[in-house]
Amino acid sequence: MDKFAIIFEPQNLQLYATGLVATLELLIISLVAGALLTVPLTLMRVSGKAWLSSPVWLFTYVVRGTPLLIQVYFIYYGIAQLEWVQALWDTVWPWTLFKDPFFCAVLAFTLNTSAYTVEMLAGAIRETPAGEIEAAQAAGFSHWNMMFRLVLPSALRRTLPGYSNEVVMMLHATSLASVVPSLYDLTNAAYAIYKTYYLAFQPFIMVAVLYFVLTFALVYVFRLLERRFLAYLRPQGHG
Amino acid sequence: MTPYLLSILEGLWVTIGVALGALCVAAVLGLAGAAAKLSPYRWLNWIGDVYSTVIRGVPDLVWMLLLYFGGQILVNDIAEAFGFRRGPQINPFVAGVLTIGFVYGAYMTETFRGAIMSVPKGQSEAGWAFGMSRFYTFRRMVLPQMVRFALPSFTNNWLVLLKATALVSVIGLADITNLAKQAGAAARGEIPGAAIIFMAFAGLLYLLISSLSLYLLRKAEARYSVGVKRGTF
Repeated sequence: MDKFAIIFEPQNLQLYATGLVATLELLIISLVAGALLTVPLTLMRVSGKAWLSSPVWLFTYVVRGTPLLIQVYFIYYGIAQLEWVQALWDTVWPWTLFKDPFFCAVLAFTLNTSAYTVEMLAGAIRETPAGEIEAAQAAGFSHWNMMFRLVLPSALRRTLPGYSNEVVMMLHATSLASVVPSLYDLTNAAYAIYKTYYLAFQPFIMVAVLYFVLTFALVYVFRLLERRFLAYLRPQGHG
Repeated sequence: MTPYLLSILEGLWVTIGVALGALCVAAVLGLAGAAAKLSPYRWLNWIGDVYSTVIRGVPDLVWMLLLYFGGQILVNDIAEAFGFRRGPQINPFVAGVLTIGFVYGAYMTETFRGAIMSVPKGQSEAGWAFGMSRFYTFRRMVLPQMVRFALPSFTNNWLVLLKATALVSVIGLADITNLAKQAGAAARGEIPGAAIIFMAFAGLLYLLISSLSLYLLRKAEARYSVGVKRGTF
């Protein structure tokens, strides 16, 4: 048990704190960027025009059918290690971004989460009740007005339960950032302590507990959001 | 170029081996977990709940590192206690299969629990009324009928599990991902954009396995739904 004391030494707690911040940064930036990418891609996906929807179909098929680790390696060891990219990455945007391993990880996570979310949101849009669309048409809404005022808000709400799973998956996916050299997330903090002290159970159990707490905090937040935004779908009680 | 691609292809068997091995472990643990969650005993319900909740709250990679590195230290400590200098090395293949199986067993628990609950209670009651034992009723009546309900979610879990096997590359197993990474490093300077090509090739292999298994599982789903009448619009 005294070995657990090592975890709580100031310099090791500092490692966990830095890792926690990096993990949360990775998660939040990827989720926000992913969400911004998701809406236009979803509109393309459900547009009904093959030249708009098939590239998005291919994108989600490839991303969802391959391991995230491969995607991280593809960007970090593939694109960011190309000689001509490295020749340009001091001066020419956007290649300057690839110099930063943090950006490479965020790019992989963003593309990954948006591929999953696009399919979720597209599914919800396809299942918009016909009556809602007829109501909009009867009220003389234009196509875009109907999309942005009615179909999207309703579909986004109905995607919420599935999206909470995706957010938890992304939290866990950020642990893959630890395979990128010089990126210090939570998992890497535990790995650093393992290497320094040759202790495995204590640092990894500590990090598992932290992930567990974060997971349930996220689940709780989404439960509150669902109660707020899906109130109209809840079965009505008596009294 | 070709020798590198062939070397990545060799990892295919490791990836498929880990995936199928882990699937077997996950299916057994999933059935046990579902049985625990549905049993009339409180303490078994509790074990089932703790298993499926704790596992799903922590990333796969953390489980993998915890069990692989931790397991090795444990083995060494035990060996030391018996007077050996150090214990035998843990086989990363076995560690990978057990860890991934252990993690996806928690997801399978939910799959099987839902599927068992979808089989009408009257079916097992009919079995008991004929004097079949509980296990026999489960094997001959519930199991064949629950397959249909379990398959969609089972398919999903299998596809996620297949992709999760890429994590065994982190503990040094020569699977598709690991070999593609090594090939990329080895051919750097020799082939321009080597890592991009090899990672894309590795990705293609995963896509092939998932597309093929999706096709087979869809067929199985159709087979197990033969007796079901569907409404037509």
